[in-house]
Amino acid sequence: MTTLATRPAATAAPPPRAGARGPRVRRTLYWIATHAVAVALSVMFLGPLVFVALTALMTDDQALTGDLWPDTWNWGNFVEVFTRSPLLTWLANTFMYAGLGTAFMLLSSIPVAYALARFRFRGRRLAFLAVITMMMLPPQVVAVPVYLIWARLGLTDSLWPLILPMLLGDAFSIFLLRQFLVTIPREYTEAARVDGCSDFWTLIKVILPMARPAIAAVALFQFFYCWNDYYGPLLYTQTEQNNWTLSLGIASFRALHSVQWNLTMAATLLVMAPVIIVFFFAQRVFIEGVTLTGVKG
Amino acid sequence: MSIVHAAPSRWRRREGLRALLWMSPWLVGFAVFFAYPLVATVYFSFHRYDLFTLEFVGLDNYRYFFADDRAWVSIRNTLWMVVFMVPAQVIFALGIAQLLTRVKAGAGFFRTVLYLPSLIPLTAGTVAFVFLMNPSGPVNQTLAFFGIAGPDWFGDADWSKPSLVLLGLWGIGNTMMIFLAALLDVPKHLYEAASIDGAGAWRQFRSITLPTIAPVLMFSAVTGVIYALQYFTQAMIASRVASGTTDSAGSTFVPGYPELSTLTLPQWLFHVGFRDYTMGYACVLALLLFAASMVFTLILLRRFRAFTDDEGGDR
Repeated sequence: MTTLATRPAATAAPPPRAGARGPRVRRTLYWIATHAVAVALSVMFLGPLVFVALTALMTDDQALTGDLWPDTWNWGNFVEVFTRSPLLTWLANTFMYAGLGTAFMLLSSIPVAYALARFRFRGRRLAFLAVITMMMLPPQVVAVPVYLIWARLGLTDSLWPLILPMLLGDAFSIFLLRQFLVTIPREYTEAARVDGCSDFWTLIKVILPMARPAIAAVALFQFFYCWNDYYGPLLYTQTEQNNWTLSLGIASFRALHSVQWNLTMAATLLVMAPVIIVFFFAQRVFIEGVTLTGVKG
Repeated sequence: MSIVHAAPSRWRRREGLRALLWMSPWLVGFAVFFAYPLVATVYFSFHRYDLFTLEFVGLDNYRYFFADDRAWVSIRNTLWMVVFMVPAQVIFALGIAQLLTRVKAGAGFFRTVLYLPSLIPLTAGTVAFVFLMNPSGPVNQTLAFFGIAGPDWFGDADWSKPSLVLLGLWGIGNTMMIFLAALLDVPKHLYEAASIDGAGAWRQFRSITLPTIAPVLMFSAVTGVIYALQYFTQAMIASRVASGTTDSAGSTFVPGYPELSTLTLPQWLFHVGFRDYTMGYACVLALLLFAASMVFTLILLRRFRAFTDDEGGDR
């Protein structure tokens, strides 16, 4: 798979044709035009974040006026968010959901992807088709019976119905890992087998080290999926505020505390910040992960 | 491959058993969270069920569906998202990806900035957009600067869905990155040959770029449709925040504010199932959603045999 970061940007650009005004002028104008559009788009994409940040620093009164620039810089808004809502509890819940969910997913999905990619057995195609179908199925389709399972176990009103299933494999992660593992040449695992390696040690010593980029990508995706998930926590933790995750809290913040937009935006910014920070540290992993999902026909 | 074929069948059988062992966590998961619930959904759809009493009602739930106006509104809204949002996202993402192949100075910066919003938690992004697009919010202030009177966006039934599309375009990063990777993989010599033959930029795009990346486009379009059928979070939060109400068990909140314009099928399913506790009827809606998703999943699988080809295991 292509690694975007190491590729020259302009491979697809056609060489400029000789025009009436000469290639140099044309090329310069073209350069200016494309970069101008890119700058304009970047402003439009960053704009929402900038306005959110500016509003988060306004006073209550000013946030209602529609002003775009704060008169005074109200850093206290961020503190007030913490005093007005159990943001730290929500943060801890979100960490528990995302952290345990990711750890469980890796533990269960890597072996499945290993089997699908490396073993030859009857029904292998069928099993993989089932993985894809599960991946594509909207979670709402099976919501009622699955909810009833957890209700009977007495585990609704907690995050466990979202975390525990991760011990039984996650279809999207299995799919992604399998797509990566099939690209590892068979010679490696054959050699390990000739050396007397068992399946388990082949996985640990040969496959896992080679699959590190794919595993990192899958782990990050899973973590962020849980971090951002709204539907799951809404279904299972709605009644007790202390079980909420950040996504539930932030969606109800304005209605529950009947506060001004400035506090709502301060809370929103606090929820966005960790994601933005992690992204800047792990950009490559994200981008490689995304291109890994862009299946080629 | 040849090693395996030459091996005695006893060995192959043992490999099958070992594979089953490795796959056992997922096999259990498949049975508990997929196979059983699907059968149970069909079973419940013939019953009235409120978590406490289960009563067989035959086809009543299905008959009710045809008389349920809000179900039809939600289906229309979901189809609206499929028909307008998915093409808008694909075209917009392709346009940006194409632009990014041409941008040389600051290429890394532009990629980062345009990808970033797609990572922002959907809930936070949606809350932010409802604020930005409130009647006197920053978007309308900016429009007013240019002498344009902005609409009420999320508060206006005619504008609420287009507003959601704008939110969707903002978070287009994933698709954009996939397209960018595909565009960079188009063999450069094809463009050189075409330009020697005198083909212009548009001609090159149509005759070289599009056919080469067609599979990736197709993949994104079909997965886009499948995800549009599941459209839930953004619509739900937008209607809650814009209406200023909260949705919790026992509340009288009806999603879809304003005037049911953002009520999607998954939302209506959620509402009748987990707010009204008419779970049997929710199962009817679930089966409808299942049928629609299966159609597009099958299209995806037919078009992408590469997923499941036997050669896949040998590469």
